[in-house]
Amino acid sequence: MSNWFGRQRALMDFAVSSLARRKGKTLGLLAVYTVVVFVLASAMLFSHALRREAALVLAGTPEVLVQRLVAGRHDLIPASHLQAIRAIRGVKSAEGRLWGYLFDPAAAANYTLMVPADDAPAPGQAVIGSGVAQVREAAIGDIMSFRAHDGQLVSFTIAGIVDPQSALVAADLFLVSETDYRRLFGIAADRFTDIVVTVRNPREVRTVAEKIDAALPDTRIILRDEIKRTYESVFDWREGMVLLLLAGAVLAFFIFAWEKASGLSAEEKREIGILKAVGWETGDVIALKSLEGVLVSLTAFLLGYLAAWLHVFQWGAPLFEPVLKGWSVLYPDFRLAPHVDELQVATLFFFTVFPYTLANVVPIWRAATIDPDQVMR
Amino acid sequence: MIGLSQVKKAYNQGRANEFWALRGVDLHLERGRVTVFRGPSGSGKTTLLTMVGCLARPSSGRVSLEGRDISALPERFLTEIRRSTFGFVFQSFNLLKGITALENVMVPAYPLGGDHGALKRRALELLDRLHMADKAHSNAEWLSGGEAQRVAIARALVNDPRIVIADEPTANLDSERSAQFLDIVAQLKAEGRTVLMTSHDPLVAEAPVVDRVVSLRDGLIAGGG
Repeated sequence: MSNWFGRQRALMDFAVSSLARRKGKTLGLLAVYTVVVFVLASAMLFSHALRREAALVLAGTPEVLVQRLVAGRHDLIPASHLQAIRAIRGVKSAEGRLWGYLFDPAAAANYTLMVPADDAPAPGQAVIGSGVAQVREAAIGDIMSFRAHDGQLVSFTIAGIVDPQSALVAADLFLVSETDYRRLFGIAADRFTDIVVTVRNPREVRTVAEKIDAALPDTRIILRDEIKRTYESVFDWREGMVLLLLAGAVLAFFIFAWEKASGLSAEEKREIGILKAVGWETGDVIALKSLEGVLVSLTAFLLGYLAAWLHVFQWGAPLFEPVLKGWSVLYPDFRLAPHVDELQVATLFFFTVFPYTLANVVPIWRAATIDPDQVMR
Repeated sequence: MIGLSQVKKAYNQGRANEFWALRGVDLHLERGRVTVFRGPSGSGKTTLLTMVGCLARPSSGRVSLEGRDISALPERFLTEIRRSTFGFVFQSFNLLKGITALENVMVPAYPLGGDHGALKRRALELLDRLHMADKAHSNAEWLSGGEAQRVAIARALVNDPRIVIADEPTANLDSERSAQFLDIVAQLKAEGRTVLMTSHDPLVAEAPVVDRVVSLRDGLIAGGG
């Protein structure tokens, strides 16, 4: 066994020294390879993280959402609708929600203003998201003021900062009391932004939705599953677009790598002949060249993946942001929560490391099976 | 020790450019002796050494080593015999460029997987014996012809072979270096190793260390067999 390790160590040392001998070729290949892994991994990590964020958001959303429509546009919903919905068989609960957007001229940013269902802040106090705290450099105890609908100032003392599991959910949150919310926007006490409904039997969601629709014709019903499907298709479409754009580059790389790896130079053929003549078996030569291929591809994979991880989770994926992240679907400012999917890593690993190693070994196998006496001739 | 019986070797057999390098060689080579194969270009000297050294198989006939027929062994076994029994010094030395003299000497032992430190010490000892210790860390391409040959000899000896095969060892050396090479051959002989060489060089064939000169012509033994 120690002989086996000794052999692997010796071959590994020699593989590193062989790669170092062809510095230009090795570094050039490593650089291109790393870039390809980086781009592919960035696209995969980014879209996967977006999906996960969306799933986190949706996990907290109600099964059924009821909004009032006036002339095809979303309008405030009267509290009387609550009673009508609660009376429908199968409905477990129906609660009015208060939320909206508030533009803060001081930070030139939009906040999502909400009255939380549980533990709402006391009047005059607010709990803010990490993004809000960051742009306003606000800390607990600070005071933030906004101009209300009637032009008067409404002030809030920061009572807490949300520590989010997902920045997407909470970065721009501004949680206030119901009194302050209504005061700020001038919304009457019998009006809500929308109504969230929970259903006793999850399999009856669609039936309950139909009943609500029939009972309240001025409303539209939004189901969680529908939102989920919309997200999925949007992400699939966008990831597909990016991958399609990348396909050309990836193909070019594989042609380049195949060319580099499979085209044995006269010098390399001579070396293989010498190694065989001094007592190396065909298997030893193939093991050496495989190690060279694995060293290059594994290094490129690790560097590329690490760079992609930093690109996506540290720097917010500036290269893909315009394509994969858009106003229409998600809030523009958030940092993705780092997450790595093992299957995704394995897939990328297989499709980048394996073909190159194979491309490296096939021509060597052909060269290594030649009789070693050629070095004598 | 080494026996050849009706050994024939053809290149490009069955094609228009078929060439018979050996046409039926019978020969017996003794242990611990220095034998030189002499003959004009194309006479089959080098091909004969490749058959003896397990670098290639004969097209027909038998090659035996210490009584064992090795002419039909699979490549794996031939490699094992080549690695453990023979050391090669090639005409153009065939050192690997871009790595040091020391690494070149160590290369044949890598697949054996022994202790790396011990291998390095053995390689350094060999270079020291051949007065090349100070060039151990020089890259192969920076060495002169004589130096490269001594590194090639050290490489041939690193697996402690019983038989050393040298193909035209003095072809790229001046007279002084050739004499130094023959001194090394004398040392190898004194250690009990068998040395087989091909050479055009009269300096080699007439050297006192040489026990036997075998002449070849047109793929056949022409004298000394």
